[in-house]
Amino acid sequence: MQAVDVLTADAIIREIKRAGIRFVAAVPDATTSHYLLKGLMRDPEVRVVQVCKEDEGVSVCSGLYATGERALLLMQDTGLFDSLNNVRGTAVENEFPVCMMVGLLGKEPDVKPADSKSYGVRITEPVLDAMGVTHTLIEQPDDVEKIGPAIDAAYAQLAPTVLLIGREPR
Amino acid sequence: MVMNRDECLQALARRRDDQIVVAVYTGAQEWIHFSPSDLNYTFAGAMGQGSSHALGVALGRPDRQVIVLDGDGSLLMNLGSLVSIAHAAPKNLIHCVCENGMYETNGGVPIPGVGVVDFAGLARAAGYRSAYEFEDLDAWEQSLDGILGEEGPVFVTLKVKPGGTTYPNDFRRLRSVESREAFKQALANQPREGAILSRG
Repeated sequence: MQAVDVLTADAIIREIKRAGIRFVAAVPDATTSHYLLKGLMRDPEVRVVQVCKEDEGVSVCSGLYATGERALLLMQDTGLFDSLNNVRGTAVENEFPVCMMVGLLGKEPDVKPADSKSYGVRITEPVLDAMGVTHTLIEQPDDVEKIGPAIDAAYAQLAPTVLLIGREPR
Repeated sequence: MVMNRDECLQALARRRDDQIVVAVYTGAQEWIHFSPSDLNYTFAGAMGQGSSHALGVALGRPDRQVIVLDGDGSLLMNLGSLVSIAHAAPKNLIHCVCENGMYETNGGVPIPGVGVVDFAGLARAAGYRSAYEFEDLDAWEQSLDGILGEEGPVFVTLKVKPGGTTYPNDFRRLRSVESREAFKQALANQPREGAILSRG
């Protein structure tokens, strides 16, 4: 197999599907729209549910969980901040395994989120820590292997999880 | 003229068959007395989100009709969900809004736009297949069978006021993980059938 030295949308989609995800609720995100979201919209094995606002997606994923389906919410960190009340109330307090994939808007490649010049990027991990929500940074090609276990853990523990996308997947 | 909410919901309960019902706030507290069932989904954890939970349920089980009992203040917090639902176009979703013109749970303060906002009109403009408004109990009862047989998404405004009876709150039934997992199991026990096209 040819070595891959960049983060690719195909590898992320493969891992998402391997984790049993068949529905993706989404609001376009500058980091992931071009390759990842559009790739998912072309994939016949995934149904993309476009929502107008990100907190709707938290609920859509929750409803799907109750029917036995696995789902993912794809959005930007700005959308995550807009959704925090529903993450609190539905995902954390009501214990729904809402899995979120979040593009970090303006994060510099190979710079830790905590060291970013972007205020929004810098505060994302501390806000999730304060809420007790687990998070995993997906930035290097090998990081895609963390996607499946993070999703499996969320469903096993009935708790939300956030996969932070640290650079644009190609 | 408006309907007593309990009489309005009891009319729906009498016609309930195997439908999933997603209910929120005061409507949910009353509904679980009128139509107790493991298929009552009362687990939305933030105001305004009932319609979006219902969309997820409807997409996950296209073989089951899903009725959401929303509130007017709730829907105002999530108006975009009208467009999201219309775009996803679940044929098995009926979206009812109990319009009482106030935030009943939060002190009875009037909603913005009270008496002016046309919720059925908003749903129609968003792209729902059909939208209705009822303020008379007899008209609602006479139309129910037809509405339950329609292809969705269907929107129904129910103009209501609180009924004369107070029903005890049961927040544990509404929010507990045990109730939610019982819902999930009850639904899993129902064999998946072909997607609903219409029940008429």
